[in-house]
Amino acid sequence: MIDKLAASVEEALQGTPDGATVLIGGFGTAGIPDALIDGLIAQGARELTVVNNNAGNGEAGLAALLKAGRVRKIICSFPRQADSFVFDGLYRAGKIELELVPQGNLAERIRAAGAGIGAFFCPTGYGTELAAGRETRVIDGRHCVLEYPIHGDLALIKAECGDRWGNLTYRKAARNFGPVMAMAAKKTVATVHEVAELGTLDPEAIVTPGIFVSRVVKIDRTATQAGGFKKKEVA
Amino acid sequence: MADYQRRTKDQLAARVAQDIFDGAVVNLGIGQPTLVANHLPAGREVVLHSENGILGMGPAPAAGAEDYDLINAGKQPVTLLPGGAYFHHADSFAMMRGGHIDICVLGAFQVSATGDLANWSTGEPGAIPAVGGAMDLATGAKQTWVMMDLLTKQGASKVVAQCSYPLTGLACVKRIYSDLATLACTPQGLRCIDRVPGLSLQELERLVGLPIAEDAAAD
Repeated sequence: MIDKLAASVEEALQGTPDGATVLIGGFGTAGIPDALIDGLIAQGARELTVVNNNAGNGEAGLAALLKAGRVRKIICSFPRQADSFVFDGLYRAGKIELELVPQGNLAERIRAAGAGIGAFFCPTGYGTELAAGRETRVIDGRHCVLEYPIHGDLALIKAECGDRWGNLTYRKAARNFGPVMAMAAKKTVATVHEVAELGTLDPEAIVTPGIFVSRVVKIDRTATQAGGFKKKEVA
Repeated sequence: MADYQRRTKDQLAARVAQDIFDGAVVNLGIGQPTLVANHLPAGREVVLHSENGILGMGPAPAAGAEDYDLINAGKQPVTLLPGGAYFHHADSFAMMRGGHIDICVLGAFQVSATGDLANWSTGEPGAIPAVGGAMDLATGAKQTWVMMDLLTKQGASKVVAQCSYPLTGLACVKRIYSDLATLACTPQGLRCIDRVPGLSLQELERLVGLPIAEDAAAD
């Protein structure tokens, strides 16, 4: 019998090695798998390479993982947020390596890893410093830059509903990087707020089929806060 | 003294909105371009795309109705209009990179006369670099429009012969909507689509410091 349901975050994350590349879903704070990131902090893996669109908000979630000193390198598109002070401090102190990637290349490089693509050429970034020194080619009259896949050892995903086969649905714009990251890692762990009996999820509505998912953990729903926008000044 | 007035931010947003055609799929960059959504002419159906996986994005929700699983690219709460859809990030950027977005409106630090764009980094030492979706949008949308003040606070033109800030994309900007004039960027240089009343072409050229061709019939 297939049963990907894990009893706890701790159980789902055991064995995460030092030096792992961890794909973490979420855009700003929507879809950030806070419970899994907290679990990773507790699990203790170090020298991680983290892939996320941003570089943490406030002091919770990804920012807490950075603050705990567990991350050697971050691959992201938009680290600078109004409340990304944890990353900002580490970066300015030279304590974290940054690979800045245009957001579409980030998504497509992750998707390519999941889809078995060796590399791809794409016009994004041609002629800019983010493509400096890279192999280029003119294809159909457009200058393109060679982009390599981003493979994960572990993907941490926040989904909405799942079943014991690992099928997942998402909620609104919290879906963002979840489906492509789930494809691209050797092991994918998803939190869900509901566990469905096998066969009760609408097959037309399953966004991530269970083939891409290793473990599913049910967690309580907690309200998230939007991050990254400037706080209003108090008059 | 100048006998012309700058467009206000709302007037500029309305000027951009006037050129967005019925049925267009549009991505509005964070910051000033977001204002364009408030000025779309009545009766024009425009589908707004948000890079984090939304088509048919609606306005901000009423106070108390915020849903933090439904935010825009600026991470602020938004709504979904009837007909709207959610999708994952690779699909969202396939919409941009595959040429499915009709128009994107971006802010800019500098634009060159031939449409090179610099809008992601001032290159200052110690600044935290962040590019987001700007390079994908600028290169992938069918038309990239820039919305900005023509001059810096110090009076320097943001429309330049060659960008000195780090580039976002080469020859990707088709139009510049500014507080003083609307300009087209072409391989041959700038053309003036319109300018505020009282501003002569000669004065506009003096402010920008580049030749600008007159084009009464906007394309």
